Amino acid sequence: MGSIISLSIIQSALELGFIYSLIALALFISYSILDIADLSTDGCFTLGCAVCAMFTIAGHPVLGLFAAMVSGACSGFVTAFLQTRMGIAPILAGIIVNTGLYTVNIAVMGFASNVNLFGCDSIFTWGKEVIGGTWYKLIIVAVIVIAVAVVVALFLNTRLGLSIRATGDNPDMVRASSINTKLMITIGLCVSNALTGLSGGLLAQYNRSCDINLGTGMVTIALASLIIGETLMGRGGIKMRILGVIVGSCLYRFIVAIALRLDVPAESLKLVSAIIVAVAIAFPYMKKQMEFAASKHAAKLENEEYIRQILKEGDGGTKE
Amino acid sequence: MSKAAVSSDNMLVLRNIAKTFNLGTVNEKRALNQVNLDLKKGDFATIIGSNGAGKSTLFNAITGSFFVDRGLIMLDGEDITYQKEHIRSRVIGHLFQDPLRGTAPHMTIEENMALAYLRSSKSKNAYFSRINAKDKAKFREQLSLLGMGLEDRMKQPVGLLSGGQRQSLTLLMATFVTPKILLLDEHTAALDPATAEKVLQLTRDIVEERGITCLMITHNMKQALELGNRTLMMDGGNIVLDTKGEERKGLTVEELLVRFRRNAKKQLDNDRILLS
Repeated sequence: MGSIISLSIIQSALELGFIYSLIALALFISYSILDIADLSTDGCFTLGCAVCAMFTIAGHPVLGLFAAMVSGACSGFVTAFLQTRMGIAPILAGIIVNTGLYTVNIAVMGFASNVNLFGCDSIFTWGKEVIGGTWYKLIIVAVIVIAVAVVVALFLNTRLGLSIRATGDNPDMVRASSINTKLMITIGLCVSNALTGLSGGLLAQYNRSCDINLGTGMVTIALASLIIGETLMGRGGIKMRILGVIVGSCLYRFIVAIALRLDVPAESLKLVSAIIVAVAIAFPYMKKQMEFAASKHAAKLENEEYIRQILKEGDGGTKE
Repeated sequence: MSKAAVSSDNMLVLRNIAKTFNLGTVNEKRALNQVNLDLKKGDFATIIGSNGAGKSTLFNAITGSFFVDRGLIMLDGEDITYQKEHIRSRVIGHLFQDPLRGTAPHMTIEENMALAYLRSSKSKNAYFSRINAKDKAKFREQLSLLGMGLEDRMKQPVGLLSGGQRQSLTLLMATFVTPKILLLDEHTAALDPATAEKVLQLTRDIVEERGITCLMITHNMKQALELGNRTLMMDGGNIVLDTKGEERKGLTVEELLVRFRRNAKKQLDNDRILLS
């Protein structure tokens, strides 16, 4: 195992990639489709994790995953309520909910900053017994994520899904065609945050623990995955874009795994993610600016020649 | 939203509609002063008036993008004054000058059509239904009426279409489920003359064929007299001229201007209104 990439690294990168791809999928709905930067993502992820952890400790791991989704949807509903019914700017609504969730999350964990699930039954301990081998974790998360992705893809092509997509694409048109934009934003954010919650829930059982600071920076990491996916797969149909999100998330985990393997300190990864996201989002703008600078430079040389000619003609005129 | 027992054949009734924007600030603007209007079923009225006369504001009051300060709005015997925008827009078609406003650019033609079809009562409760073959056949048939070959491009995003194509598609979507009233806000003004003529012809065909009650804002005085059966002129938030029937048939553009000046006691902004 002297090489940088070993089988076990690929395996764990894929496992984490699938789990985190659900948040990327959530941001795909809120950020790419609804055009809302949902900054409650960090807290919502921890909420899903904490809720699922408590259910798992109580002996209901499967119910815990559903509870994580429901709690996420509730968090999304509050964010949506603040922005559609209370007149709070979308970004601020997310930040407010995120702040409030810190207390909620601590409370869910029984006012502790972390809980652990060692010795508890989880979908992974069951999977180990039923499937066995070393790939059971990957199989479980892949099946769950692919099932969710298929449902999301189908959902976005229903009339309700089309209405949500149109709300992000052209709100003017949506209002004029009898669709309630406030309701669409609410449904969209509920679905999106339910996915974030499920992602947190899966991670709780995967890591067999939950920590209050787990979600910090999650929105940036998920955006990085989303952007990697969109860069690779293009902005084609909904199915391709969803596939891109999952691929992007797995790829991001590979990058992290390789960085860790190369002894990059784990603490620096968040800075790397932040830089990836900033550069990726700024790229189209920077490209435009550079093209303009190039064309300006080319035109300047020509224009200097014109100015010389004009001045020359002017001189000639006065002499004659 | 009570169904009043109105026996009249009026589709749209406006009584003393008033709206002031930015009340109590330096930007206070009385956009609609005291608008009264009775529009009969099947009426096609054109509206003219200089910029700031309140034409678009009147449309926005009817569609509910804001609530009026005072007055009554009745559509087909139903009081819609305080009905929410997305509810009344089920039966109101609204086209804007900007062709980009009426369609979702990153969604396909087919998906845009499906959104328009949501207004029909049949699909109202079918939130989780998907576009089926029957819908597609229906969309195809409707698109072929435009004669633009859009029926073969149903899987393409609307953003790829030209302004004229997008506006035609918007018109088709607005009338897909026959609206109680169609509001056209200079919907051909941003198009080149040939395309504008085409879209206008299409508008005329659809409106006449289905007897849709229609209000159309235009800055073209000739068009204002030729199209439809009634011409309204607005100034300073009021309807200052209302002509129809024999009287309207005999009117020329020059006479219309003279009458407008008499009624509005104000010189028309000739820079803005084309005398063609």
